[in-house]
Amino acid sequence: METSLRLRDLSFSYHEPRRETKAIEGLSLEVGKGEFVAIVGPSGCGKTSVLSLVAGLYAPSSGEVEVLGMPPALARKRIGYMLQRDELLEWRTIEKNVLLGLEIRRELNGETRKKAMEMLEKYGLGEFRRHYPNELSGGMRQKAALIRTLAASPELLLLDEPFSALDYQTRIGLEEEVRSIIKQGGYTALLVTHDISEAICMSDRVLVFSKRPARVKREFVTGLAGSAIERRADPGFPVLFDSIWKELKNDERGAC
Amino acid sequence: MSAEHADYLRKLKRRTRLTRALRTALFILLILAWDGAGRTGLLDPFIISSPLRVVRTVASLYRAGELFGHILTTFYETVVGFVLGTALGVLIAAVLWFVPLFERVLDPYLVVLNALPKIALGPILIVWVGAGPEAIIAMALLVSTVVTVMTVLAGFIEAGRDKMRLFETLGATRTQAFFKGVLPASVPTVMSALKISVGMSWVGVIVGEYLVSRRGLGYLIVYGGQVFKLDLVMASIVILCLLAAIMYYAVAFAEKKIGARFGRQ
Ligand SMILES: Nc1ncnc2c1ncn2[C@@H]1O[C@H](COP(=O)(O)OP(=O)(O)O)[C@@H](O)[C@H]1O
Ligand SMILES: [Mg+2]
Repeated sequence: METSLRLRDLSFSYHEPRRETKAIEGLSLEVGKGEFVAIVGPSGCGKTSVLSLVAGLYAPSSGEVEVLGMPPALARKRIGYMLQRDELLEWRTIEKNVLLGLEIRRELNGETRKKAMEMLEKYGLGEFRRHYPNELSGGMRQKAALIRTLAASPELLLLDEPFSALDYQTRIGLEEEVRSIIKQGGYTALLVTHDISEAICMSDRVLVFSKRPARVKREFVTGLAGSAIERRADPGFPVLFDSIWKELKNDERGAC
Repeated sequence: MSAEHADYLRKLKRRTRLTRALRTALFILLILAWDGAGRTGLLDPFIISSPLRVVRTVASLYRAGELFGHILTTFYETVVGFVLGTALGVLIAAVLWFVPLFERVLDPYLVVLNALPKIALGPILIVWVGAGPEAIIAMALLVSTVVTVMTVLAGFIEAGRDKMRLFETLGATRTQAFFKGVLPASVPTVMSALKISVGMSWVGVIVGEYLVSRRGLGYLIVYGGQVFKLDLVMASIVILCLLAAIMYYAVAFAEKKIGARFGRQ
């Protein structure tokens, strides 16, 4: 299988006047093209930092990041990053928000605009084109944020706890929607979450991170098929859930 | 509408009406007390003037064809000082945001400039730009620019902290992040800076007029004080109150209209 993302022996520290925080140490992982990989780990373990390095926002202390066979700085336009909060700009309509990425890259033209509008239409936000973000529900806002990310035609998607600010029902619905959008679009995706069920329902493979500094502690191939809802009903689901839970729990004991 | 809600609305209306009524009553009471204090000899009307004498003074200024000249002079100086001061303040704040090195280096200078009573610089301004309207506008400009820089820069920095991550992930340059994110997000801050700066401009202009002017409300106040025409002083202050209030409400109205569009999350 072709590899979209490869991290090799990656380490990274934050430097502040009064301390140094080792966020990642000796992390290696690979994500194949078209694969959907989820990362779960205790909060503060360095998950967001990993995404920042993959997106090329920070440079690693040591080790290597290879995105689509090149350094992240060169692959930037092919990476889409979805943040925890939707970060929609309140003074722009949904349409203008969705076009923001294209506008910034100066890639906004008739064709890309049409594609973005089709996406809005297809994912049920067509009628809200001219609405402002504060007129939309949390779930719709997050979906608009996803379309903003997808409008720039990325190949690798980084999703940083994109549903954590939503209420439970919206979350379950959106998980399935986003999963099928990503699968149908053939994107490669790396999802960070602290929700075990979410990881199992959405991904092909779950990586359990250790506590800080982050490295892969164990990996689980979900091996489940179908929609997020169907996966929840699969007899394999609780088994996986249990194993991942134990793996995470394990860490806590070691921590104190 | 439920009976409970109707009841709530009725109470709300009653409260609003009460507030308005008391406000008006207080106004009338103040005027009457002012008038009464002079009439009954409790205070010397020569010193405190009276509502009627204020009205008469205004009328005679009007008949002499001087009223609008004075008002317009002061108003013009204030608006120019305010508009230029705000524009310059926002511009300086933007430059400081763009080049954090400047911001770090200049920070203590700004703090001192902000703490300094700008009035102390009046004589220097007169020497530099001449004892005319220029000095007055320069004073208003100075006073309003410094507060604008302080307020708006703080707004830019906060908005930057809030929005930068999104723009970084979209691969934006700092310029793009500023114009598409930080600046629009700071519109509410800029608008509230305007409200402060408009008041500051009045201070600058009146002080400037005290120092150099031959025209304007500040001049009338100083002149009236010097020749013991307290009627003139009071009349000018009343007009000043009205003007300042009108300008403040105009800015506050604009803030509400524009601020709502750019409202915070
Ligand atoms: N900008 C930063 N400066 C200093 N320390 C940071 C910064 N961002 C994150 N950290 C620290 O690095 C560690 C990992 O953070 P993060 O990657 O955000 O974790 P996670 O996303 O898994 O919750 C945490 O201990 C956090 O406090
Ligand atoms: Mg995080």
